[in-house]
Amino acid sequence: MTTFHDPTKPKHVADRFENKHDAPAGSSAVVATTEEVRITTPPEICGMGHRMKRKEDPRFIQGKGNYVDDIKLPGMLYMDIVRSPYAHAKILNIDASAALAMPGVLAVITGKDLAAHGLHWMPTLMSDTQMVLPTEKVVYYAQEVACVIATSRYIAADAIEQVVVDYEPLDVVVDPYKALDDEVIIRDDKELKTNRIWHWEVGDKDATDAIFANAAHVVKQYMHIPRIHVASIETCGMVANYNPATGKMQLYMTTQAPHAIRTVFALVSGLPEQKIQVISPDIGGGFGGKVPVYPGYVVCAVASLLIGKPVKWIEDRSENLQADSFARDYHLEAELAADANGKIVGLRVNGLADHGCADAAANPSKFPAGLFSICTGSYDLQAAHVNFDAVYTNKPPGGVAYRCSFRVTEAVQMIERMTDMMAHDLNIDPAEYRMNNFIKADAFPYMSPTGWEYDSGNYHAALRKAMDMIGYEELRKEQAEKRARGELMGIGISSFTEVVGAGPSRDYDILGIKMFDSAEIRIHPTGKAIARFGTKSQGQGHETTYAQIIAEELGLPANDIEVEEGDTDTAPYGLGTYASRSTPTAGAAAAMAARKIKAKAKKIAAHLLEVNEDDLEWDVNKWQVKGSPEQAKTIQEIAFAAYTNHPQGMEAGLEATDYYDPPNLTFPFGSYICVVDIDSGTGEVKVRRFVAVDDCGNIINPLVVEGQIHGGLTMGLAPALYEEIVYDENGQCLTGTLADYLLPTAVESPKWETGHTITPSPHHPIGAKGVGESPTVGAPPAIANAVVDALWHLGVRHIDIPITPEKVWQALRDAGVTE
Amino acid sequence: MIPGEFDYHSPRTLQEAVGLLQQHGDGAKIVAGGQSLIPAMRFRLALPEVLIDINTIDGLEYIREDDGHLMIGALTREADLEESALVQQKYHLLADAARVIADPVVRNRATVGGNLAHADPANDHPAVMLAYNAELIALGPNGTRAIPIDDFFVDLFENALADNEILTEIRIPTPGPGSGGAYYKVERKVGDYAISATAVQLTINGNTCTAARIGLTNVSAVPMRATGAEQALIGKQITDEVLEAAGQAAAAECDPSPDLRGSVAYKRDLTRVVIKRAIRQAVERAQGG
Ligand SMILES: Cc1cc2nc3c(=O)[nH]c(=O)nc-3n(C[C@H](O)[C@H](O)[C@H](O)COP(=O)(O)OP(=O)(O)OC[C@H]3O[C@@H](n4cnc5c(N)ncnc54)[C@H](O)[C@@H]3O)c2cc1C
Repeated sequence: MTTFHDPTKPKHVADRFENKHDAPAGSSAVVATTEEVRITTPPEICGMGHRMKRKEDPRFIQGKGNYVDDIKLPGMLYMDIVRSPYAHAKILNIDASAALAMPGVLAVITGKDLAAHGLHWMPTLMSDTQMVLPTEKVVYYAQEVACVIATSRYIAADAIEQVVVDYEPLDVVVDPYKALDDEVIIRDDKELKTNRIWHWEVGDKDATDAIFANAAHVVKQYMHIPRIHVASIETCGMVANYNPATGKMQLYMTTQAPHAIRTVFALVSGLPEQKIQVISPDIGGGFGGKVPVYPGYVVCAVASLLIGKPVKWIEDRSENLQADSFARDYHLEAELAADANGKIVGLRVNGLADHGCADAAANPSKFPAGLFSICTGSYDLQAAHVNFDAVYTNKPPGGVAYRCSFRVTEAVQMIERMTDMMAHDLNIDPAEYRMNNFIKADAFPYMSPTGWEYDSGNYHAALRKAMDMIGYEELRKEQAEKRARGELMGIGISSFTEVVGAGPSRDYDILGIKMFDSAEIRIHPTGKAIARFGTKSQGQGHETTYAQIIAEELGLPANDIEVEEGDTDTAPYGLGTYASRSTPTAGAAAAMAARKIKAKAKKIAAHLLEVNEDDLEWDVNKWQVKGSPEQAKTIQEIAFAAYTNHPQGMEAGLEATDYYDPPNLTFPFGSYICVVDIDSGTGEVKVRRFVAVDDCGNIINPLVVEGQIHGGLTMGLAPALYEEIVYDENGQCLTGTLADYLLPTAVESPKWETGHTITPSPHHPIGAKGVGESPTVGAPPAIANAVVDALWHLGVRHIDIPITPEKVWQALRDAGVTE
Repeated sequence: MIPGEFDYHSPRTLQEAVGLLQQHGDGAKIVAGGQSLIPAMRFRLALPEVLIDINTIDGLEYIREDDGHLMIGALTREADLEESALVQQKYHLLADAARVIADPVVRNRATVGGNLAHADPANDHPAVMLAYNAELIALGPNGTRAIPIDDFFVDLFENALADNEILTEIRIPTPGPGSGGAYYKVERKVGDYAISATAVQLTINGNTCTAARIGLTNVSAVPMRATGAEQALIGKQITDEVLEAAGQAAAAECDPSPDLRGSVAYKRDLTRVVIKRAIRQAVERAQGG
């Protein structure tokens, strides 16, 4: 067991910017908030701020995307997986003879076969270990036990039924609090016979305890942030194509982090890294679930290596839901303290993380609980202390950062529920209470009690705007009238602070690889360009937004820029796309690489115009002579000259690469307000209205931002009211289909009403912050707060998400309300 | 999620289909909309050796009135029910149900006959047809026979059809003057089966309820009528007290199982609530509301 202390130490703004490439002057000063999206390029160029339609969409809406399952190679074989019907059981014997006797079955691979190559275990991204295939016992329901390789998908599916496995069931640990007892040891492969994985503390315990000792008001609540699943439309899969003649292994793979995966594959398999090519084609949603390496990927690659033919493995929906990494599953005991004036002063959190059978989170390695310590949120507290334990249980490994920058969702759910509870307890309107407690706009950059340096923010402006959009004061009147008639209506607020863009290399790495990201831009002689990145879009719209960043910097039309990601043979190295990091890292790299090109372009322009470089100034898409703008060279003319008429002594060509190491993370924020109506007879909750005001700094493309927010809000509605992975006492997953694991549809979703404020990041080259995850992080507490708000007068203080009709019904009946 | 191996036939006539059923015995299964059967096959919960696809048989999709009955061809899609003006005007209970069965995509394929033949208490049509006192027409090697709906549901997923019989038509008696019906369903999300739902068809004469049939959805192992609740209504004026008595009777006589949709206590209480709402709506309609 490892004890961690948060490595994020308070640091001064100044040294954050010390070796910054291009921090705007005065970057540590207060950043002004506006509402107007800044546009500096004409529509033909379509730089930042334009509502450009997504360049990738024509192929998707015509069904011309190219996903892993679309890849068909000559002679391709198929893999299917035998899975465990037990959550914890010894494997006594595996008899594959009947399966092997079936025509078309080439191999049945078991843990023993992998053990011969030392490949039956693999590292997780958190430096824990995870079985690829078991040799001794299984530790979760639906665990991979053996893999069948056959000439068709159908034969493989029939053959897995013929693999006979003898199990001896063992006691199952489902409840993480029971796991703490160590009565049943789940990972007896480890030296230390304990279910405890790690202990982690952050903040000042003594100062926090002192505050609580003297606090005038304290609210306390246990809450569970439920285990959920990303449930992306595309499940996971791979086509492994090992060519024995060249020794090259091509891995077409549903991965959000192709480069890191290549390195890990090289280290684990011993294959030389230049002989491994990871290709991440179009991806149908990742949301963090396609960051980890699953056993199926490994066995598929091994099978191709051993057989020398391409092998395809595609998960079905139930396998995806039951066996792939989960998200969340934090049990939190939270306490919030306020002084006699009602001002929030302290926060204390005791957490228990249920990791399943392995810590397979995808956090930066020094952050076992991710960035949970952002949990003081948007409020100016004096002290906070967080104390966490993590345990193994008989469940699939995890937990991934589901559309959330590493455990921020859990933190936001907790602090927004607790703040709301305090406001209600003090009988102060929750909006007013937040306004009273927010970090003030002139306090940025703000140093939080847990060591975060918030780059910029204006929480009052965002909440005020949301209140105006929804008509807050009117709604409160309506609520009072309805309550007098016995009708249940609630208004809920969430004013969240996100922390995204991991991250600065001194603190952030995954398995030792620093969390920079990269861009490589190459301008062709005709003034068109290709740009390649270390990230990988799974729906975020990178092909559009990266092109717009480059268009903004260089004045090349965004439509003239081809954006490519996901092929490790061609793209520069990067850590991939998750945790809203693409814009803060690779987006920044795009701007920085473009600026390098611009600098070279200036030299070429000076040469062409026969003037001194210092006499030139940039204007949208050209270098022009100061005071005589008719003397100018456009970026296209310069590009042509870079190949046909470049200055003597200068390298030909016009290209640049940038590996961007961010000086800090970025801190997007927002205020969401939700109105719910509750049916007191049935317990049903209907979300009537939902207003979301987001501030993600400078906006690259408002259309893409709105799209991200719409999708993210729906994914925030999901755990608030519908989604949870449920196990019975034997560890069997009860939510293995989409009939049981409830994804909301358009019918359940309210009309999302979006708005924005713009408070640029002072340290990011284009002032952007990242937005993909804000809505997923911010929405659940707005909905939960609205439900509790509707029921508070009946004595209801808290309902755990997902707020199912039965939970509401129970709360109502407990309060004596019935129909 | 790949089904086991099976043979596939697509007969052109009902006679051909019955012949195939006779030939293959209980290893054969009819497939209509496939919305219940195909998922079961993909999970290998159903492993038919032979599939007999009746979608290629003409003349099984219709909705028409005749001889005091609404006749619905067994292969009629839910979407067609939903859009039928006749159903919307005169068969309110059926119209209510058609809008809440599954989701629009499923309704494009799913059939009324399949919904009933599947004999799943979670499906919505069984309760509806119980409330309507419908008759089901089956065709076998010896011709057709009519099966009263009260005799149709034998057990969970088990109906009164013989192995060699095909359900061809559903007949609903046209509601007389002073009658009204309603379906009220509570589901967790669109496309979900009911946590509890109630189908009510009743007649009001003056202010008195003279006839009532009530079907319950997903609160028993076999689709059931709430006869206790029916008795609580018949001969009474529908006051709040009578409604509550009917609701309590239904809550007591239903027999739900606990699952992710809710506990037994919740489902019983919800049944009490939904039955009251359905009755209230049916009464309003009966009184021309
Ligand atoms: C996502 C989803 C949600 C759903 N939600 C609901 C819901 O909320 N409410 C609801 O009521 N239903 C729901 N259903 C079920 C759907 O309505 C089914 O289609 C219906 O129950 C069966 O109709 P089918 O035509 O698809 O039958 P099939 O799946 O083709 O057949 C079902 C069974 O009936 C037999 N059968 C079919 N037709 C005949 C016939 N003419 N004669 C004899 N036997 C026959 C078949 O052999 C099979 O055993 C849902 C289905 C899905 C996939």
